[in-house]
Amino acid sequence: MAKLRTLFDKIWDSHLVDVQDDGTCLLYIDRHLVHEVTSPQAFDGLRVAGRKVRHAEATLAVADHNVPTTDRSQGIADEESRIQVQTLEDNARAFGVEYLPMDDIRQGVVHIVGPEQGFTLPGTTIVCGDSHTSTHGAFGALAFGIGTSEVEHVLATQTLVQSPAKNMLVRVDGPLPAGVTSKDLVLAIIGRLGTAGGTGYVIEYAGEAIRALSMEGRMTVCNMTIEAGARAGLIAPDQVTFDYLMGRPRAPKGAVWEAALAYWKTLSSDPGARYDAELVIDATELVPMVTWGTSPEDVLPITASVPDPADIVDGAKRAAVERSLAYMGLRPGTPLEQVAVDAVFIGSCTNGRIEDLRAAAKVMENRKVASGVRVLVVPGSGLVKEQAEQEGLDQIFLAAGAEWREPGCSMCLAMNADKLTDGERCASTSNRNFEGRQGRGGRTHLVSPTMAAAAAVTGRLTDVRKLV
Amino acid sequence: MEKFTKLTGVAAPLPILNIDTDMIIPKQFLKTIKRTGLGKNLFDEMRYAKDGSEVADFVLNRPAYRKASILVAGANFGCGSSREHAPWALLDFGIRCIVAASFADIFYNNCFKNGILPIKLPQAEVDKLLDDAERGANAVLTIDLEKQEITGPDGGCIAFDIDPFRKHCLLNGLDDIGLTLQKQEKINAFEGRRSREQPWL
Ligand code: SF4
Repeated sequence: MAKLRTLFDKIWDSHLVDVQDDGTCLLYIDRHLVHEVTSPQAFDGLRVAGRKVRHAEATLAVADHNVPTTDRSQGIADEESRIQVQTLEDNARAFGVEYLPMDDIRQGVVHIVGPEQGFTLPGTTIVCGDSHTSTHGAFGALAFGIGTSEVEHVLATQTLVQSPAKNMLVRVDGPLPAGVTSKDLVLAIIGRLGTAGGTGYVIEYAGEAIRALSMEGRMTVCNMTIEAGARAGLIAPDQVTFDYLMGRPRAPKGAVWEAALAYWKTLSSDPGARYDAELVIDATELVPMVTWGTSPEDVLPITASVPDPADIVDGAKRAAVERSLAYMGLRPGTPLEQVAVDAVFIGSCTNGRIEDLRAAAKVMENRKVASGVRVLVVPGSGLVKEQAEQEGLDQIFLAAGAEWREPGCSMCLAMNADKLTDGERCASTSNRNFEGRQGRGGRTHLVSPTMAAAAAVTGRLTDVRKLV
Repeated sequence: MEKFTKLTGVAAPLPILNIDTDMIIPKQFLKTIKRTGLGKNLFDEMRYAKDGSEVADFVLNRPAYRKASILVAGANFGCGSSREHAPWALLDFGIRCIVAASFADIFYNNCFKNGILPIKLPQAEVDKLLDDAERGANAVLTIDLEKQEITGPDGGCIAFDIDPFRKHCLLNGLDDIGLTLQKQEKINAFEGRRSREQPWL
């Protein structure tokens, strides 16, 4: 009998170009996304060595980190940002790679653009010089972030030198309770695993709660898998996946679609396949989550209070918590619901898709942003923006007193003009609450889109279940 | 890529857990289109006060460690973004070796592409090296990659593990792309098969 294989094993095996005697593998890469921050040195390397891009048509370039989210007709004011975006455009042209310019409606955060265009397909290997490439695993693709040297390697050879990952299964049983979202679920998983708990693993998500998620929700879960240290997240494709993909610009069509579909339906773990680690989560016990510290593992239910370092035995861990609380300006024992915010950010590759905006708008509808709170709503792509405007979501946000912006990474990492100031506190739908992530001295609380909307209207971290 | 064979240098202690790449090199320095020049902003927000002056007690600002070429750090070093600017900044500052109980995957990979040796050791051994490193300029360690050994200031010796292929590439300063291009034929064969079996790709 053939060896029982996991979904990861199947994708891995089908992409092996070569296995060296020492076990080092050469893996074929089907799809390569490129953005402006991690690619200039890679194209430069190609130029210096006189190399070409092996498969320009398997490569898609878009600028997202540095682009302004306000009026773009004047271009980019910041000189370094402008040069970086221009360099991507120049490199794409010189090497024959498709580039989605800033004024193209398809432009947006690279991990939102790939799925939207049908560039992301089940069973493929997908890389990008960006750790949140894990997002694409929601389609049953093996998708992971790489460094710039590896970007150059993929551009030149369409392959990567890799060693196999270990398999972890995270099974989420039961339905998610009302008011609890995919973001709360993934935050809870990270809290359980810790930021290094997934190191060396690819995590496959399964179970009733995962099956019940939309593609958007699945992308949110896979997106944050890197925050548990894992190389990638994976969800077996099913009808939800196929329905999402059908008719996308780069998805297969006609008879080829049928052939692809037949193959995609084989992409699931064999019953009884072995995992190196397993975690079972009872979805029915989950509540809305919020981070209190400076690592995504510093997460608690919104009903909890700021932890007390005095309760922690382990010295290194206690020091880390003390450091986090000092940075976050929080007192041990404070109920999280009493923490007031100055800003709210709704967007990013974690939660900048249409469903996220719909969910946030629903909470903000017929309500006003609390006085003194700055609220930025940044759609993940031009297409998301257009869709939201057709549905009138922009009007809901604007009427509440929020800002409605152009697509990009924006305040997820504050490389453009959208930043927190020193000491400002923000409820954010993004994925990282590291020190300085949203601006030097800025304090980030990671939450779901509905929780962010709730914080926007009350002016403090709030259990959204009280508002719906 | 510069070869890594044997390194003797000052080791700086940085016993913080989960040092992320935003700490190693904050995003405002990612706008460069070059690989060099990032060393002055390594650990920028810990190393400099808001007015740009040096934070006197940050380890790399202390006289004994200004020329450190080895870092001994807390577990899960390099977590967060994939930015290769993190190893570039370390290298540009002069760090060629990092010792920690664990590393984040992407960062770990990126080190090898840049001639930096990341060494994983059990936490107890890291703690001992942290103690050694606290001795300032006397905290000179010798890292011998060929022998896979770290020699401490008191002559004590710690062995470490490393993947043989990565070791080979580091010792010889080999460029991955050049090596892979020697496998052209296999890549061509793979692509031929793929276009027959998965014509949608
Ligand atoms: S939205 Fe944030 S996490 Fe996503 S690619 Fe942009 S900067 Fe990275």
